[in-house]
Amino acid sequence: MIDDRQQMNIVIAGHVDHGKSTIIGRLLADTDSLPDGKLEAVRENCRRNSKPFEYAFLLDALKDEQAQGITIDSARVFFSTPLRDYIIIDAPGHIEFLKNMVTGASRAEAALLVIDANEGVRENSRRHGYMISMLGIKQMAVLVNKMDLVGYSEAIYRAIVSEYSEFLKGINVKPRCFLPVSGFQGDSISKLTAQMPWYKGKTVLEVLDDFQKEKPQKDKAFRMPVQGVYKFTRFGDDRRIVAGTVETGELRIGDEVVFLPSGKRSRVKTIESFNTGPQSFIAAGDAAGFTLDEQIYITRGEIAVKAREKAPKVSTRLRVNLFWMGKDPFVKNKDYKLKIGTINVPVRIEEIIKIIDASDLNLNVEKDRVERHDVAECLLKVKTNIAFDIAEEIEGLSRFVIVDNYEIRGGGIIREELDDEQSWIRDKVYLRNTKWIRGDIMPKQRAERYNQKAKLILITGQKDAARKELAKALEKRLFEEGKLVYYLGLGSLLYGVDADIKSEEIGTENGNRTEHFRRLAEVANIMLDSGMIMILSAADMTQEDLEIIKVVVNSNQIDTIWLGDDVTTDLQFDEKLSDLLSIQENLEKIKSRLQETGVIFSPW
Amino acid sequence: MDHLQQLENKSVHIFREAYANFKNLGMLWSIGKDSTVLLWLARKAFFGHVPFPLIHIDTSYKIPEMIEYRDRLALEWKLTMVVGQNKEALAAKQTFPNGNADRITCCRLLKTQALKDTLAGTRERYVMNLETGQYEVDKSSEAFTGVIVGARADEEGSRSKERYFSARSKDNDWDVADQPPEFWNQFKTDFAPGTHVRIHPLLDWTELNIWEYIKRENIPTVSLYYNQGNGKRYRSLGCWPCTSPIESASRNVDEIIQELKTGKLSNIAERSGREQDKEDGGGLESLRRDGYM
Repeated sequence: MIDDRQQMNIVIAGHVDHGKSTIIGRLLADTDSLPDGKLEAVRENCRRNSKPFEYAFLLDALKDEQAQGITIDSARVFFSTPLRDYIIIDAPGHIEFLKNMVTGASRAEAALLVIDANEGVRENSRRHGYMISMLGIKQMAVLVNKMDLVGYSEAIYRAIVSEYSEFLKGINVKPRCFLPVSGFQGDSISKLTAQMPWYKGKTVLEVLDDFQKEKPQKDKAFRMPVQGVYKFTRFGDDRRIVAGTVETGELRIGDEVVFLPSGKRSRVKTIESFNTGPQSFIAAGDAAGFTLDEQIYITRGEIAVKAREKAPKVSTRLRVNLFWMGKDPFVKNKDYKLKIGTINVPVRIEEIIKIIDASDLNLNVEKDRVERHDVAECLLKVKTNIAFDIAEEIEGLSRFVIVDNYEIRGGGIIREELDDEQSWIRDKVYLRNTKWIRGDIMPKQRAERYNQKAKLILITGQKDAARKELAKALEKRLFEEGKLVYYLGLGSLLYGVDADIKSEEIGTENGNRTEHFRRLAEVANIMLDSGMIMILSAADMTQEDLEIIKVVVNSNQIDTIWLGDDVTTDLQFDEKLSDLLSIQENLEKIKSRLQETGVIFSPW
Repeated sequence: MDHLQQLENKSVHIFREAYANFKNLGMLWSIGKDSTVLLWLARKAFFGHVPFPLIHIDTSYKIPEMIEYRDRLALEWKLTMVVGQNKEALAAKQTFPNGNADRITCCRLLKTQALKDTLAGTRERYVMNLETGQYEVDKSSEAFTGVIVGARADEEGSRSKERYFSARSKDNDWDVADQPPEFWNQFKTDFAPGTHVRIHPLLDWTELNIWEYIKRENIPTVSLYYNQGNGKRYRSLGCWPCTSPIESASRNVDEIIQELKTGKLSNIAERSGREQDKEDGGGLESLRRDGYM
């Protein structure tokens, strides 16, 4: 294969026995893409075994040969037209077909969907049509095959076109075109034949050549999911490089970038690459890297965007369409893992809105679980904030997969971001980060000067546990060791910072507990930014309280300690301490925890 | 963006995903053209650095020039170079050149077994001291959980069924028929204790792409690939007793690219000079199921 020619990946899908292999065989023969003598050999073999020749046998014969290691590829078939080279991704095997089809189709730029004129639209005709659209393949042609078996009847063809169009319309898919074909007889594959004088459209080969190559989306807003922040100091390289693959748009030196969900921002200082000349910009499709003017703390999982362009969404609640391939169903009240871009986050089903049953076109089946091969619309709740786009805007960043028990079991696209309890806090934090006026001293410089890392230590537990005593003893001890440390009791905020909120209502059902915690967290954020170790005590903190704090304060900077043997809330703490131990003993435990995590330095 | 650039971008993306997801990551380096392109792509991904060890299985029968080239690049590019060897089998002379094993058994012992043990850390490993250029016993015996390999789908039938991230069981088994789906640049990065994942950044590259990239990037390669005046060159490199050169006049990268483009080699399998492939029908597929790279 000559490489300066254009190449296109095509997937062929459709119900079992609707004639995919025959069509592939015919395409190979009609484009002269078979090894010399292959066609004759297969015909001869059929004659000797007195069975009718079929083009599908060509494919089998090729695979036999490939199995012997002479030709190269059994999962992919190559053929060429004068315009370009095609790779047909064949997804063999009826068992586990969907997994292979998804894997193959996701590498394709266009699809041919085959329907048997004699059998009509079947379960997988619909399911594959849906999958092709969900996988993001925009170009699809529908081949109504085996027209020879229905006497080349235009009426039958029209009926199938109308039935399948109706289905596609229901799932919002527009096919390129429909074609009546016979792989067996060779009608409309590379030429139109006298059998169907009523068909004046294109042949399969013409349709293939009409498909467009996908272009990187440079005209959309800039998006780059951060794969990593690299600093390889071992050989004296001081560059701190933000690396990732650009999904859409472009970015230039000097552009202001924002990282989401954190909202941190800086300016592009250099574009980095290896063994190329100096670069001034990066664009969609590039596996890229850049350095920043200011050393802000960002991590894998954030999305880099341009300050002056439309921002992606940030939420924990997502309305999605998904498909499921796991043997075990996708169920409620169970933790799964959601991967999107470079994010990896725990997820649960909040609600199954509807299951789309491909087998009987019923779009509204009531079910409390998503079973293997089901397609569903769901509400998902992820554990921490994520940044993403919705499918209508930037499709690539709306795509996610779901992992269960080490394996990818499902995939889908986000249709809509929904408000969660923290939405309005998040908006405030985003605005705060945007408007924050930073001094010239970097957090790292403070950490070096103070010989400590900023940390928020939350000490909570049952009402009667000695939280305050422990917190104050810890403050004193760290202070005596020369640390910058500050103790704050939750109640201390009530009459100052919270003076405008009715204090008696805080903690009640409809009180302003959320706002109370938000303010507390904002205070903590300032203290942490100043390089302080802050110790906070509060009774009976819940996971929801912590979630609020985590929206406001970088969650890496929070340590939660539960004091007491009984845990009375749903809080997922970092460490539990027994209140049967003395304050001194517990204090030592927290101290060694701080040493182990590098917050303060261990003397040995 | 041309096809070669697309291939590079995809491979770099895969490298970075592997680096982010596997704590004990290593890369196999056979010294051949493919794994040398792989090494170059790692330097692309990490801006000139290779932040994980390179693993080479030394059968002691590699063509000497390959070992020289390995150690020269390791020093020059500051690589963490780890070498493993099946010393027991060599000491017991259980090899094909010694006449005590057939080719496949020899491969199993000197390559597959040595590789499995080296990856698992159950066999002594040697690591190059970049100060002295000498190999020392590796103090770490941690198992590698992610192993980057230079397999290409177009090389040979069994490799075309690979995923980019492909799970291997405790015994290094590969279940070809029941592989997890892989789509949208999301890969299998979760794995059960005791298992590991093979990562294939070169899966979509063809032999021609490899040579075109070597030319574009000016990557140093072993001279064994070129005709030195006797009308023969190696197309695929391995142990000298089981690897033979092909008839070819190509003296440099440009001539190899021309040779491949004209289709002169299109009816000859790339590994046709590798004798072990020819034994027991599907030599390489059974070796691969067994843990061969």
